[in-house]
Amino acid sequence: MLVIACPYCGPRPEIEFAHGGEAHIARPQDPSSLGVEDWTEFLYMRANPKGLHAERWRHIHGCARFFNALRDTTTDQFVATYRTGEPRPDLTTAVKA
Amino acid sequence: MTRFSAFELFRQGLTGQSGWKPQWCSPEPKAAYDAVIIGGGGHGLGAAYYLASQHGLRNIAVLEKGWLGGGNTGRNTTIIRSNYLFPESAGLYDHSVKLWEGLSQELNYNVMFSQRGVMMLAHTVHDVQVFQRHVHANRAAGVDNDWLTPEEAKAYCPPLNISDNMRYPVLGAALQRRGGTARHDAVAWGYARAADRLGVDILENCEVTGIVRNAQGAVEAVETTRGRIKTPKVGVSAAGHTSVVLGMAGVRLPLESFPLQALVSEPVKPVFPCVVMSNTIHAYISQSDKGELVIGAGTDIYTSYTQRGGLHISQHTLEAICELFPQFRRMRMLRNWGGIVDVTPDRSPIVGKTPVQGLYVNCGWGTGGFKATPGAAHTLAWTIARDEPHPINAPFTLARFRDGFLIDEAAAAAVAH
Ligand SMILES: Cc1cc2nc3c(=O)[nH]c(=O)nc-3n(C[C@H](O)[C@H](O)[C@H](O)COP(=O)(O)OP(=O)(O)OC[C@H]3O[C@@H](n4cnc5c(N)ncnc54)[C@H](O)[C@@H]3O)c2cc1C
Ligand SMILES: [Zn+2]
Repeated sequence: MLVIACPYCGPRPEIEFAHGGEAHIARPQDPSSLGVEDWTEFLYMRANPKGLHAERWRHIHGCARFFNALRDTTTDQFVATYRTGEPRPDLTTAVKA
Repeated sequence: MTRFSAFELFRQGLTGQSGWKPQWCSPEPKAAYDAVIIGGGGHGLGAAYYLASQHGLRNIAVLEKGWLGGGNTGRNTTIIRSNYLFPESAGLYDHSVKLWEGLSQELNYNVMFSQRGVMMLAHTVHDVQVFQRHVHANRAAGVDNDWLTPEEAKAYCPPLNISDNMRYPVLGAALQRRGGTARHDAVAWGYARAADRLGVDILENCEVTGIVRNAQGAVEAVETTRGRIKTPKVGVSAAGHTSVVLGMAGVRLPLESFPLQALVSEPVKPVFPCVVMSNTIHAYISQSDKGELVIGAGTDIYTSYTQRGGLHISQHTLEAICELFPQFRRMRMLRNWGGIVDVTPDRSPIVGKTPVQGLYVNCGWGTGGFKATPGAAHTLAWTIARDEPHPINAPFTLARFRDGFLIDEAAAAAVAH
């Protein structure tokens, strides 16, 4: 079981969390002007990377808030967690894993 | 290549079974092929076999980064059934079951397909309604599926606990009698041997690291750990790694890869006559011919490529197994493992052409593609050979996500083994 550091509550066991899929997929500003290819991209297409993944988590059985995380999908190790609205951390300057 | 037969077994017995030859040769990669398949699981090897046997393409190769069947083919719980809700699914999965029925004969390889029946348990009023809807839809589509009362379910599977003091009592079950199991490795090996016999090159330890496209954007070659191979056609059956492989050609897919686990018990005498699945409390169980109970758990909640999952996921499944089959409470588990499954938003697969000329994909089988091995491989081969969809795989096009024609087995069943 993973230990996940909620940016609001600190480290908690994985069973307190729900996974929210890929992060930083912004809802279109002007939906009615969006073409069919862009809708497909927004709704369905996912990076699904083997390596670093920016993803949403929700501390559903704790503070119930959404936040984002950078996790390595080849090891499941969390590199960083950060609050919704904050940009994806730049690993070249910030966190060492 | 020696044909397998009772006579051959007897003849080899005279020399202490020492005269058997390897079942496929391991040639060096050629510089060019008419087509290559990426992924040496059942789906990829099957596609190569059907390309050679039905479409006359013999100068082809299967490229596998590890060993044959080392992916999900060799890691799955081998449940085979075709009682999916939508007619498109019934078409594809039932095509597959029909091919399973003749596969051992066709390949001259015992894939141990055993139609012992797959029983899906209903535990809530909602389950009952959903499964009865499946039973009716399947009958309309010509696919067998029967509704059983709890007593009838117990008669079919005596170890089943149908008492009403369970947390989720059994309220009934849907039974597909033509469903069952097959030997996972044998499927990969059988297709490999049959393809090899037709001249297909089976290349293990050959990882594809790049897909090369020409000025028009069409596929021209693949880069591998054993050198560059020129080819105008590439079929991809890479299961959990499909996003990675298609990414090499710049194609994005509606896939996410999750760990899915299974485990087996110590072998015991025959105690379990059929396959039982419970989507609601997350347990799948059958008994292999070796005697092990084969148990499938759920996926982890996060995407991953680690080929292992959290222990609490299997624990949850074992709790359900012990409640449904109290006689297994003291059974010891022998091994557990994980595979990486590629899941689509509608839980239906993607089989067919891609936006790149010469690049074909067969993916998104998620937690339930073993059953579809022959059907998917057979229709994929058609699509690769003719560069057009097969009537059965046509609805499973990648374009369905753009065009809004989802085949929403996710909503229909929630779980799709
Ligand atoms: C625990 C578990 C239980 C399951 N239970 C069932 C079940 O009961 N019933 C059912 O129908 N389905 C089940 N499934 C799903 C089923 O196993 C898969 O859908 C099916 O086996 C996929 O077959 P495949 O040939 O496409 O993939 P695989 O057998 O995974 O083959 C893909 C191959 O591609 C290779 N590959 C990947 N990348 C590259 C590369 N770059 N270069 C070269 N080769 C590459 C891999 O090494 C792998 O061998 C289960 C899966 C798991 C993990
Ligand atoms: Zn929290």
